[in-house]
Amino acid sequence: MPDNILTVSDLSVVKGRRMILENISFEIKSGETLAVIGPNGAGKTTLFRAVLGLMPYTGKVVWKKGVKIGYVPQKLFIDADFPLTTLEFLRLKDKNRDKIKDAMEAVGFAPDKSLLNNRLSDLSGGELQRIVIAWSLLGNPQVLLFDEPTAGVDVVGEGTIYSMLEKLRIKKNLTILLISHELDILRKYVTQVLCLNKEMVCFGLPKDMDKNVMNKLFGEEVHYYEHQHKF
Amino acid sequence: MNISTSFNPWFLILVGSFVAGACAYVGSLMVLKRMSLVGDALSHVALPGMAVAISIGISPILGAFVALTLAIFGIWYLEETSDTYPEALVGIFFTASLAIGLLLTKESDILEALFGSLDKLDFTEGLITMAISIAAIAVAAFLYNKVIISIISPELAKVNRIDVKLINLIYLLLVGGIVSLGIRFVGTLLMGALVIVPAVSARNVTKTITGYLWFSTIFGIISAAAGIFLAVKMFLPAGTMVVLASVAIYILSYFLKGGSLRENPFYKFRKR
Repeated sequence: MPDNILTVSDLSVVKGRRMILENISFEIKSGETLAVIGPNGAGKTTLFRAVLGLMPYTGKVVWKKGVKIGYVPQKLFIDADFPLTTLEFLRLKDKNRDKIKDAMEAVGFAPDKSLLNNRLSDLSGGELQRIVIAWSLLGNPQVLLFDEPTAGVDVVGEGTIYSMLEKLRIKKNLTILLISHELDILRKYVTQVLCLNKEMVCFGLPKDMDKNVMNKLFGEEVHYYEHQHKF
Repeated sequence: MNISTSFNPWFLILVGSFVAGACAYVGSLMVLKRMSLVGDALSHVALPGMAVAISIGISPILGAFVALTLAIFGIWYLEETSDTYPEALVGIFFTASLAIGLLLTKESDILEALFGSLDKLDFTEGLITMAISIAAIAVAAFLYNKVIISIISPELAKVNRIDVKLINLIYLLLVGGIVSLGIRFVGTLLMGALVIVPAVSARNVTKTITGYLWFSTIFGIISAAAGIFLAVKMFLPAGTMVVLASVAIYILSYFLKGGSLRENPFYKFRKR
């Protein structure tokens, strides 16, 4: 399909003798939000790494020509006293002050000097994730891959990061791929869901995610309860 | 080992400052990469190269550099093709080289190799040493941002089209280069101090990367200048004095650390 931003067909990844992913096929159109869900060890991060070309795979991964990709990894390796301020981190990507200011505002930070002068290692988990998004935005990406937006962030924080991503998607015309554990958030913000458990369990609309699919995905009775998020 | 007064001490101080500055600059990245001891271990790899160089009458710096380059390609190759982590690989190269080096080195030259031989440095060698130091800083400055990103997240670096493998190789070769220079001053046993101590001290006094880089380099230069100066005045070995000067700066920086008492583990312990 010409308007697909990413087309993946028959993607398999083998690590050592272990099959991590088997015959995964899906596609994303511009402006969509795809959530990849699945139990721990299902190969979600591996899928991201493969489509980003960070590890060997078989099958086909085709990005739209010339597409710019932003990536927010699950964790950064920063020691407690790593000498790097937020501003310096952002300047590693782009030195333009106005662009940095715009990127900070885009992820919901007031043009507040103190956060920029804080050490990266002193930020909270949620703040850090937003800063890494800002870092990616400095490269004007059309696609954003986000590995577990909620990891290490409290419930209030989760709400803000998802609603923020949605605002960004609309404003910057982004296509978003994210790995998530938050099933109820899927229905609100996500247009496509990919359920993964080594092989592909489902690929479709969030509303089609019924109990049967969930049981197949997580292997046992899933206690699926809705809890309210305030946005 | 002791500095002969026949040689111009100011020239030694100048050359020493260049070398220590370059070692500290490059070393600051090594500390961030959590590879502190790699520089130390690599310096032992230089020993067989120096031994061969001394016995055939060429510059020991050149001999050290050749040995280090071979070892670095070896480590890099094994790192990319085997599952053993780099520190362990460095350990293998380091012990093997030390054994070979001790076999090859004449007994009369062993002290020189282990503790440095600043007094034997001639004028041309001094000039070349300063030129290489400046070149090392230039290459490190060029790599700096890329190395920082690949430390924070190798994946983020790769997605941003940074060739992490290549950067690592160039960086290791750079370490090899500065280690060969530094060995002439402090010898294989104390080389680690030139690379590690200034950076650790700098980390105590600043929270920005720019400050960290500058303070590392300046601390390195001060250690060399003060150490060699004291060595000349007091007829002591230069290498050991440089290392002791840098450790003195570390101790000072520890107490200067912003809010140091509150972050001090002993203080916390006492409060409980």
